[in-house]
Amino acid sequence: MSALDKERSGDNQPAGVALAGDYWRPEGGPDPLSEKGRIGIGAPLSRVDGAEKVTGSARFAGEFTFEGMVYAALVYSAIANGRILNIDRREAEAMGGVVLVMTHENAPRLNTPPVFLRSPNGAAGDDHPIMQTDRVHWNGQPVALVLAETQEQADAAAESIRVDYAAEPAMTDFELAKTHARRPDNVLGGPAEITVGDADAAFEAAAHQIDATYTTPRHNHNAIEPHALTLVWTTGDGDESGREGETLRIHDASQCVDLAVASLAEVFGIETSQIHITSPFVGGGFGGKALWQHQILAAAAAKLADRPVRLALSREGVYRVVGGRACTEQRVALGADEQGRLQALIHSGIAAMTQHNNLPEPFFQATKCLYAADHIRLSIDVADMQMLANTFMRAPGESVGSFALESALDELADQLGMDPLELRRRNEPERDPTSGLAFSSRHLLEAARSGAERFGWSERSATPASRHEGEWQIGLGCATATYPYIRMPGAAARITLTPDGATVGIAAHEMGMGTATVQTQVAAARLGLPVEKIAFHYGDSHLAGSVLAGGSQQTAAIGGAVIAAQRALVAELLALVGQDSPLSGLSPDEIECRNEGLGAIGNGSRFETYAQILARAGQSELSVQADAAGSEELANWSMHSFGTIFCEAGVNSVTGEVRIRRLLGSFDCGRILNTKTATSQFRGGMIMGLGLALMEETLFDPRSGRVMNPSLADYHVPVQMDVPEIEVMWTDIPDPHTPMGAHGIGEIGITGVGAAVANAVYNASGKRIRDLPITLDKLL
Amino acid sequence: MNAFDYQQVADSEQAIEQAVRSRRAKYLGGGTNLVDLMRETVERPQALIDVTRLSRDIDETAEGGLIIGAAVTNSALAGDARVRSRYPVLARAILSGASAQIRNMATVGGNLLQRTRCAYFYDVAARCNKREPGAGCDALEGFHRYHAILGTSPSCIATHPSDMAVALAALDARIHLRGPEGERQLAITELHREPGERPDLETELQPEELIVAVELPPLPMAARSNYRKVRDRASYAFALVSVASMVELDGETIQDVRLALGGVGTKPWRALRVEAALRGQPATEATIAAAVDAELTEARPLPGNAFKVELARRTLIAELSRRIADARNGGEA
Ligand SMILES: Cc1cc2nc3c(=O)[nH]c(=O)nc-3n(C[C@H](O)[C@H](O)[C@H](O)COP(=O)(O)OP(=O)(O)OC[C@H]3O[C@@H](n4cnc5c(N)ncnc54)[C@H](O)[C@@H]3O)c2cc1C
Ligand code: SF4
Repeated sequence: MSALDKERSGDNQPAGVALAGDYWRPEGGPDPLSEKGRIGIGAPLSRVDGAEKVTGSARFAGEFTFEGMVYAALVYSAIANGRILNIDRREAEAMGGVVLVMTHENAPRLNTPPVFLRSPNGAAGDDHPIMQTDRVHWNGQPVALVLAETQEQADAAAESIRVDYAAEPAMTDFELAKTHARRPDNVLGGPAEITVGDADAAFEAAAHQIDATYTTPRHNHNAIEPHALTLVWTTGDGDESGREGETLRIHDASQCVDLAVASLAEVFGIETSQIHITSPFVGGGFGGKALWQHQILAAAAAKLADRPVRLALSREGVYRVVGGRACTEQRVALGADEQGRLQALIHSGIAAMTQHNNLPEPFFQATKCLYAADHIRLSIDVADMQMLANTFMRAPGESVGSFALESALDELADQLGMDPLELRRRNEPERDPTSGLAFSSRHLLEAARSGAERFGWSERSATPASRHEGEWQIGLGCATATYPYIRMPGAAARITLTPDGATVGIAAHEMGMGTATVQTQVAAARLGLPVEKIAFHYGDSHLAGSVLAGGSQQTAAIGGAVIAAQRALVAELLALVGQDSPLSGLSPDEIECRNEGLGAIGNGSRFETYAQILARAGQSELSVQADAAGSEELANWSMHSFGTIFCEAGVNSVTGEVRIRRLLGSFDCGRILNTKTATSQFRGGMIMGLGLALMEETLFDPRSGRVMNPSLADYHVPVQMDVPEIEVMWTDIPDPHTPMGAHGIGEIGITGVGAAVANAVYNASGKRIRDLPITLDKLL
Repeated sequence: MNAFDYQQVADSEQAIEQAVRSRRAKYLGGGTNLVDLMRETVERPQALIDVTRLSRDIDETAEGGLIIGAAVTNSALAGDARVRSRYPVLARAILSGASAQIRNMATVGGNLLQRTRCAYFYDVAARCNKREPGAGCDALEGFHRYHAILGTSPSCIATHPSDMAVALAALDARIHLRGPEGERQLAITELHREPGERPDLETELQPEELIVAVELPPLPMAARSNYRKVRDRASYAFALVSVASMVELDGETIQDVRLALGGVGTKPWRALRVEAALRGQPATEATIAAAVDAELTEARPLPGNAFKVELARRTLIAELSRRIADARNGGEA
């Protein structure tokens, strides 16, 4: 151990990192990096790309240029269903700078893209043909694309295009669509109905009952960076590999470069090797930056015009072509005995969807694992609508589902005259109540207890509307937060070692979460190198593996891949060492990475630096690639993150205005890898939760199926003054069955917030709001 | 956005000259509303005449009021020490609107003439009588949470969105105009029109007529005035209901009162009925409630904005009570 390391970590801390074993197996041990006190793990390392971002030198997808590039503008349909009769493009074509007007009449033939969650290569939001026919499928569908020498020329030309439609009746009213709801064949690959025992009978028989309907509106994606891409087709041997034929080079804002390549290859009928996507910086994804029509249309137009193209969606464009969160109507029925023990738990309802995608807003996700009810029934139906396909948005399911479930818990606590935290404590399950699996790591009660203490929960008055300050009624509320741990298959990593350090390459994504920073930190700790000697490469479809930045799974997926690559690297290094090396004869499991080299576990003198090993072998570098182990842990345990959100709300007794005064999140998400970036992730999620609770709502006109507030002026998200002091804390207890003992933390922050606010509003005012957002008119 | 000519002028005379000479010209203030509407193709001027070099001065008048140049920015006006001490309602109204960036750009003239935020007005795919007379009004049976309950007509229910104009209405501001025919003045309450059957005709301005200044008369009671804005988020949102108010007491009798409402009217709404019902009356809860009801019985709410009647009632009562309490204490609001 170096002097510096000793100083940082205290004497009794392990210096080296042995190879991780089979953390995914019941008999396997935990990842050594999950142990407390590991050097570097948890340190508040500042963002490795921070300086680039604040100085503007970080280039985003819409900031790249190609020689001869033209700019695209889209024309969106104004009807929800019907046919295009005529597109008058004459004026546009005559305008200065216009290079191409593309419509279904002249678009190149394109295959329908594979749909996310329906097909293994699917990155697309829906399976509608793209500009191939005269059919219109949703209000906002692109019906024409203009290319021009400047963005202004393209925009002006697009505005001059007149489209005549033959509109047909469209199902654009959720109230109507609900009456024809159907049971989908799956929800996120699992069943759409889950039953344990006979919940309906148990509910009828229960001494205490809550049976309420909760509704949540549509939400739209509003990442700070609207979707954009810059691309070029080249022919001949233009690509790096010297392969013949066309290649498509794309700078995209993407959270799934590999899936996008696979889908685009199908659309254009070419090999995946002919497409190269990079996405080094992404200004927020939240589930919205997969594959939508704009990327395909830009590539098609570039082909037709034989010019490189930049397409940057306007904010309105994002609302027209990128799906959002579906609206839901949920029933939660709770039956409990006198002690508050749940006998029946029913969570069912309807979400809007289309026949062309496969994402029933999975609002029962949180309910699957949270409470030990004897009888459970969960189900999701979908109401088919003619609208832009809904999609993932930060904590799909849990964010709106936890609003319903956790509001209902609060209603039950009120009926029982019991503290809401105590009610939850009494229903803490020993095993997963629906799967029956043991939990890999569940310390929800501890998170709740420490959060309550820090927040001052004991000051809450059990009687609603009993605390006033002038016009303001003050109340406290809490709710449970939860999000699953996931590690998807497909991750792989390449480690390239040189005398100067290591490069870790993996086709993962940095969308502002801090991935590049945290993974640099983790790789440094794992390889026994200082962070300055690690280069973490990501956001490039040519890199190893295929990692989706979604489902809060990236941290684990990358972790698993690097674990595998480290093992491969150590094996190769040992194969290089000669007879005279102090490492000679050791097997990988006897080795630990420490002090920029390899050493024998428990033997300080048997050590060689990476540089020495390479030099002795006469190699300037060593590069290995390995696939992450399969995600067996998910079959062995019920794996989730937990937390409790505490909220203090003020409700104005004159105007009904709600202002949040304090917010605290206490989380149980395994080992926290970087306290700084983690704090930002939790806080950001909680702020988005405030938006969900109080103001976010897409105004979808049921008469036309048109989004009427496609701008940040009219679609409200919280501004500075809506955001109070937010405290976050965590248990930091490692999960023994995950890489680094960590769980993803990108999404859990938003969960529970809707209910915590609603419950605080109830405690403040005595009014129970079951319909989001909680706007002042509902409180008058 | 269509291509257009752009010209900057040095004074009002040049501006009018240019406007008379150009086809489909519009005056350009800070552009924070006009340029947005051009991006949506709701406005398609052929020429923009930049009037931000018109007077940016705020001067004392002989009567003891203030005269404010049309090109004074919203930020400068709200930050003026005389405005803050003598007409706090105006400074507060301005600061409750938009964002700091927008207020730095926005001008007094542009603020008064900003157009409604009705979503169907902004979306050229929708039917809107204001954009296209006779086309119909999609807001009537659509989203109209932000729409008016006072001064509406079957053709249009759009609110005038300005906060500043509501304060000016309460202050009896006078608008100085200049056009090809010369100069004239209008009371602020005469500047904007109710929609009637022609919601496209929003003001009494003649073609090419320019706002050159806004005059505030002296009004001692305005030193205890206030602006309260009720909205969906704590900042950067238009008013659902807003109240500009000031009260003068003589003992326990309401000697004088000025009230204007935002967020509920098709124009900045001077609550003359409430004022009339209160003047000379005892300052009691009962008189206040009755006076407020006198105004709100005129309201024509729709399902999506019916809450505004109760919200306006409560906010008016709370504000009047507060002003009366302040007047009793002789203190400032
Ligand atoms: C996101 C957003 C939020 C906002 N929130 C609020 C809010 O909460 N409250 C609020 O009150 N306002 C709000 N606003 C509106 C803002 O106050 C106005 O956009 C601004 O005051 C307009 O001033 P301007 O100088 O930029 O006008 P411009 O956009 O330049 O012009 C507006 C109109 O006035 C005309 N005009 C300009 N100057 C003159 C003149 N001297 N004589 C004759 N005609 C003239 C123009 O031709 C045009 O028709 C918001 C705006 C935005 C974009
Ligand atoms: S309310 Fe007025 S502005 Fe809005 S759509 Fe109707 S006519 Fe147009």
